[in-house]
Amino acid sequence: MSEKVESSSSRELIAFRIDGREFCVDIMQVRDIRGWTPATPLPHSPAYVRGVINLRGAVLPVIDMATRLGFAPTEPTVRHVIMVTQVEQQIIGLLVDAVSDILTVTEADIQPTPDLASELAKTFVRGVLAIDGRMISLIALDHVLPAREALAA
Amino acid sequence: MDTMAAIKQTFFQECEEQLVELESGLLALEDGTSEPDTINAVFRAVHSIKGGAGAFGLEQLVRFAHAFETALDLVRGGKLTATRAILKTMLSAADVLADLVRITREDGVADDAEITRMVQQLEAISHGGAAAAGSQPADAEPADDLDFVPIQISLADLIGAGPSGTRSFKIRFEPKTGFYARANEPLVMLREISRLGAMRVTCDQTRLPSLTELDPEGAYLAWEIHLDTESDESALRDIFEFVEFDCDISIEEKQVEADFDTDAFAQLMSLASGQTPPMAQPLEPRTEQIAAEIASRNESETANRKSDANKGFNQAGATIRVDLERVERLIDLVGELVINQAMLSQRVAEARIARSSALAMGLDELEQLSREIQDSVMAIRAQPVKPIFQRMSRVVREAADMTGKSVTLHCDGDSTEVDKTVIERLTDPLTHMIRNAIDHGIEKPEVRLAAGKPESGHIRLAAMHRSGRVVIEVSDDGGGINRERVRSAAIAKGLIEPEAQLSDEEIDNLIFLPGFSTAATVTDMSGRGVGMDVVKRSIQALGGRISIASTPGRGSTFVMSLPLTLAVLDGMIVSVADETLIVPLTAIVETLKPSTGDIYHMGGDSRVIRIRDTFVPLIDIGHVLGYRNKLADPQNCVVVLIDLEGHARRALLVDTIQGQRQVVIKSLEANYRRVDGIAAATILGDGRVALILDVDAVVENANGKAASSASESLDLDHDTHARAPQRAHDFATELEPEPVE
Repeated sequence: MSEKVESSSSRELIAFRIDGREFCVDIMQVRDIRGWTPATPLPHSPAYVRGVINLRGAVLPVIDMATRLGFAPTEPTVRHVIMVTQVEQQIIGLLVDAVSDILTVTEADIQPTPDLASELAKTFVRGVLAIDGRMISLIALDHVLPAREALAA
Repeated sequence: MDTMAAIKQTFFQECEEQLVELESGLLALEDGTSEPDTINAVFRAVHSIKGGAGAFGLEQLVRFAHAFETALDLVRGGKLTATRAILKTMLSAADVLADLVRITREDGVADDAEITRMVQQLEAISHGGAAAAGSQPADAEPADDLDFVPIQISLADLIGAGPSGTRSFKIRFEPKTGFYARANEPLVMLREISRLGAMRVTCDQTRLPSLTELDPEGAYLAWEIHLDTESDESALRDIFEFVEFDCDISIEEKQVEADFDTDAFAQLMSLASGQTPPMAQPLEPRTEQIAAEIASRNESETANRKSDANKGFNQAGATIRVDLERVERLIDLVGELVINQAMLSQRVAEARIARSSALAMGLDELEQLSREIQDSVMAIRAQPVKPIFQRMSRVVREAADMTGKSVTLHCDGDSTEVDKTVIERLTDPLTHMIRNAIDHGIEKPEVRLAAGKPESGHIRLAAMHRSGRVVIEVSDDGGGINRERVRSAAIAKGLIEPEAQLSDEEIDNLIFLPGFSTAATVTDMSGRGVGMDVVKRSIQALGGRISIASTPGRGSTFVMSLPLTLAVLDGMIVSVADETLIVPLTAIVETLKPSTGDIYHMGGDSRVIRIRDTFVPLIDIGHVLGYRNKLADPQNCVVVLIDLEGHARRALLVDTIQGQRQVVIKSLEANYRRVDGIAAATILGDGRVALILDVDAVVENANGKAASSASESLDLDHDTHARAPQRAHDFATELEPEPVE
């Protein structure tokens, strides 16, 4: 849980909404934001993997962030968006309700995740931010995809 | 530093080519198919590696290559006969050299002891050979120079022996056409010589023809160089080291006084030989000028000459070296183009534009064109399997040495071309199969003799194109598979039931099961960790199949069938539960519309379909992949009959067939991971992703499902994860047909 503080200089985060809650990721990880297009479902995949889509010739998985974070599954409409993010060498699409804001914060603004957070939240939430009286959770994307080695049965 | 790294990279790439040349040359010498030029090619290969290594200061490599070169030079000069034993040592030396190059490339540290041992062996050959030939040891050049000794003495007598320190050389340097073709420059040579001391150059233009007869690419000029230097002859030789094949060089040493007037000496020389004195001084500027002209012509014509020279020297066509990344980028782009073109066609079709309209016809042409571009781009990456086959000869040598067996390797069709990515991933499976063949297949010499076979075992490696795929066969003339032992081992490991009735073919296929290893025969060689199941899996990962045929006492043959490329695939587009899937066309035998009377329930979810009096297990793709929970009604479906490895058949149930087309293969693993039952993905004309079915994996999954859901066990449900041979399953179902429920 110990997030390394790299520097006190400011960083930009991109905020998005899922089921009325707000989350954010580092803007450097976001490559593209596009409207929802139907994904091709993958057999034997976890419920939070909506399937795969074609992004300019590359095949990338789309993760329903609501399901991944333990909320009710998203019923995607044309108003939903896919945030195309880069996690290490892989490109992953994140299905979210909407992109809401771009935040400029310093490391000092990021508060540690409250202790009472669930195990699931601990896996993804790297800290919380208080912006204009709202709480926004900073998400780390490292564990969003299922582990590579483990094949679904 | 970057440039240096790039040059070094090129050097190592060239080393790879030289090593291939070296090995094939040595092999040709060994089996007597060598041509007169072969030994020269072999020598040149080692020599080039040495030269390049010297330039980069790779001392260890230079030292080894030098010892190797010395031995080869004796063979080349006819001072040493290349016996089998000597060639064997040389092949081992080539292996060590290859290792050394690889280690150096990876900045590793080579095992000095092994290199020293090999160097000693090579030196032993060199000395032995030289002694046998009754001439001076090792270095050939000084031996040649012995002819000039009388002249040296007479000159010394003539002008009186001068004090040592400064020595005087007369050098005649006569480049041949190849010298220029390889982008060498006389001026550079001369400059290098001038660095050694005081130099005077005379250009010999006597061979220069009239302008009308002049071949612009010919070599007509020669230079006579007088050099006073404190260096010795070897320093001079070093300058010419890399061009010695491309020019005639003679170096004579004159013993003169240090302050001897060289002009006077030259006159004296010519007087002695009764000639007019050469007009050295006035000619000098012209020499420079001509050299400069030649150099500039060189530059403009290097490309032409180089290709000519290549034809002459290596029998290879003109080639360029291109970064693989660029080719891959191009392949990706062409893939996009093909997808885009398909999307466009679909839009046009949707717009109900007449097929005869100019637009539709133009699109047809575009389709044709994109196909051709795609084929041509794929051809760029296609490479002959020769290098990998050649690497196998080393595997054979090492494995034969380790087991104390005598084995020869015979390769057929090594010019067969396959995509580079396929070739790269073939090395490991082939290596293992060959080790296996030598370790388990080929018998000991005494056993072979007793069985009336030649003492030396034979392994054949063959590649051929067959119906859009490449087929690679590994066969040996050993004892074949010991079915009794395989069977008992499989029973002992719990892979099959003791009472299971298996055909010979089914028993042979047991060796592909994970966890199968006939413990009694494990040696340190095949105990290296991988089994035939790994071989099978890596072949499957390539979209290939492997099968085995074995005759007791006569040997075994492994047959691998692989796609020519990993970039495109011909597939049948089918619909299953509202999803679109691609079934690889190579697996499909036929498609048919089932009638209800042909379907028989076997209990649980198992069903079979009767196709012309054989019963084939029916697999509902939608059910296996989890697209639907209930089994589909065959009446509303189409059956796709597929051929598995080992010729087992399965009937796949799909909803409809949309058509056939070539699809561009897109990896799922790049951004996600492997998905069981799915080989890869592709992008359809509408821009959506469709999944390409991994037929064998789907069948295995279906077996698992059927076995776990069936109320009564068939023959292999004690462990649903063990991949039972498909044929065994077939056999049992055919033998014990259950009444329709």
